[in-house]
Amino acid sequence: MKTSRRTFIGGVSAAAMVSSSNIAFAQKKYDVGATDTEIKIGNTNPYSGPASSYGAIGKTIDAYWKSVNAAGGINGRKVNFITYDDGYSPPKTVEMVRKLVEEDKVLCTFNTLGTPCNTAIHKYMNQKKVPQLYVATGASKWGDPKHFPWTMGFQPDYHTEAVIYAKHILANVKDAKIGVLSQNDDFGKDYFSGLQEGLGKEASRIIKHVTYEVTDPTVDSQVIQLKDSGANVFFNISAPKQAAQAIRKAADIGWKPAHYLVNVSVSVAAVMKPAGFENSQGILTAFYLKDATDKQWENDAEMKVWREWMDKWMPGANKGDANHVFGYAASSLMHETLKKCGDTLTRENLMKQAASFQKFRLPMLLPGILVNTSPTDFFPIQAVRLARFKGESWDLFGEVMHSESA
Amino acid sequence: MAAFPRKWLAVLIALAVVIPLLHPVLPDLVSNYRLFLVSTMIIASIAVLGLNLLTGFNGQISLGHSAFYAVGAYTAAILMDKLDCPYYLTLPAAAVMSFIVGYLFGLPALRLEGHYLALATFALALAVPQILKYKWLEDLTGGVQGIVLMKPEVPFGLPLTDDQWLYYYCLIVMLILYWAAANILGSRSGRAMMAIRDYHIAASTMGINTSLYKTVTFGISAAYTGIAGALSASAVAFVAPDSFSFFLSIKFLIGLVVGGVGSLTGSVIGGIFYVLVDNSAQALSTFVKNDLGLQFDLSAYTVFGILLIVLMYLMPMGIAGGLFAVIRRLRRS
Repeated sequence: MKTSRRTFIGGVSAAAMVSSSNIAFAQKKYDVGATDTEIKIGNTNPYSGPASSYGAIGKTIDAYWKSVNAAGGINGRKVNFITYDDGYSPPKTVEMVRKLVEEDKVLCTFNTLGTPCNTAIHKYMNQKKVPQLYVATGASKWGDPKHFPWTMGFQPDYHTEAVIYAKHILANVKDAKIGVLSQNDDFGKDYFSGLQEGLGKEASRIIKHVTYEVTDPTVDSQVIQLKDSGANVFFNISAPKQAAQAIRKAADIGWKPAHYLVNVSVSVAAVMKPAGFENSQGILTAFYLKDATDKQWENDAEMKVWREWMDKWMPGANKGDANHVFGYAASSLMHETLKKCGDTLTRENLMKQAASFQKFRLPMLLPGILVNTSPTDFFPIQAVRLARFKGESWDLFGEVMHSESA
Repeated sequence: MAAFPRKWLAVLIALAVVIPLLHPVLPDLVSNYRLFLVSTMIIASIAVLGLNLLTGFNGQISLGHSAFYAVGAYTAAILMDKLDCPYYLTLPAAAVMSFIVGYLFGLPALRLEGHYLALATFALALAVPQILKYKWLEDLTGGVQGIVLMKPEVPFGLPLTDDQWLYYYCLIVMLILYWAAANILGSRSGRAMMAIRDYHIAASTMGINTSLYKTVTFGISAAYTGIAGALSASAVAFVAPDSFSFFLSIKFLIGLVVGGVGSLTGSVIGGIFYVLVDNSAQALSTFVKNDLGLQFDLSAYTVFGILLIVLMYLMPMGIAGGLFAVIRRLRRS
């Protein structure tokens, strides 16, 4: 044995020191935007302009962090939530997000809203290696960790949802002839391509496809065209206002197809009631969040907590607006992600934690739907449940459907 | 409108060239983000200059300049995306394309005056984003998804950051365009344009071909705005129909009126104003709410509106007009 006792002890103690200092580093590690007392998160939302109704999401998120801070913050740190108005204009989003990253020096952005707006900053965020977490858009391109490892989606994407409807149509409607009404933008296109993919070889069952512009006053002529085509399935890809009009018009002209309505427009208060409950019976859709206007959740524990939270932190806000539920659920996921980061508030760890949710139960999601992510799966919520409109509320039926199994 | 003193102009240009070079020395003060912001101001001021040529110097009102801006931006984007055209070559192409569109639109516009012209151009501004989404054009324009582009790269291995280079690129284009505009306005053609604005019938009696001048002015104005659009496509590295809503036209108009109608200096000020106020209006409204403790939930646009009214009341000739008036008064006393 050549190793003397002294070198041995020296070596061991050196090793001990190195490892202990490693632990010391691991205990508290920060990137730009995080300190002992604060975590800075950036966001853009359309508070003005044509899409300003979505601004309710930004306001809910803002209120959420205020309530978190009032309760002591996350692991002792206050969340400094900085949100800017981009008016749903992509160049403005670029300007504002650069301000957030370069001037305000945020740790990450969270729930930036709009497909075109997020597309405009997609490359920038990934070049700068700043997490672009839980974006508020249903496009299918946000879950691409191979090419964009710093961007992650949140809600089930439109494409997946449409695939699920397509499977349901093929399995349940005999000799389906499908008429499609869609909004002429990315939202409409994503759903439509999902429908085509889901139908696969049977895509020729789509016998008529009509579109409308967001600015069109009514969709009457489109619905009449669909009826005249002889379709027995109505695949309705429209925003709340047009969805209500389409349901009413179809009933007025005595058209009774199997009616599939996309999840965007399923608010009982904003769509089904104005369309008329008697006209809305039997419409099918898919859900992932609880609808606050739906009577079946009246005594639900999570819903009660949410209602109390709304009363306290968003007094006067319309609880029937699904955007509040959305903002609340998305913030809860961000809250959990930051909590899991512990004292290692680096951008890398943030992405790592965001990509390692396993069967996490997020408040306000439907029973049975859980958040799952992995380094290769950047779609946090991928399950939906089908529902049928019955009486004055949505009646959930069947199993939780995953996109993988769809 | 009094011309800007040459001496001052030289000083300003020198400052504009030198200050960005301080970026490595003062990285916080001359940050990349601020350079980018100034670049967007330059781009806005070129667009406002385009509108000014038409409205300020030729007396034709347009609410449709967002359309020409979109034409320029999309021309540049499609050339870069489909044909791998280098970014600096897209500017002349965008100028030509926008000129043609502007000239053609100028033909029917000849029959329309004042409010009617404003309405016709309004229709153009509404139509263009829809046309960009049109099925047959979708392969070219990318439809609603738009086109994602590359940022301009620093040429010749110059030791500059991307944003510094973008800034210089915009600055060079702006200086050339302003020099050209000043020359046009000082020439026979410029005087003809202004004569048409001041008294249409008198101008045609003097032998000015009013219809030719009006359509060509429309074309040149569109070309200027189109170049600004092409620059913005490079700067933002993304184009989508949502970027060119009708509201953009209004912003140009605000920049024009606030800066100073019929003034080259005013166009620069107008461009700077609208980017600056657009960005700080929100900060101001949160400041009023949180720091001053006033319980007004003012939206950013309310603040913007109040600022505009105050400005129009204090300086009816625009900021440039107001400044020159102050300078004149100071000299007299």
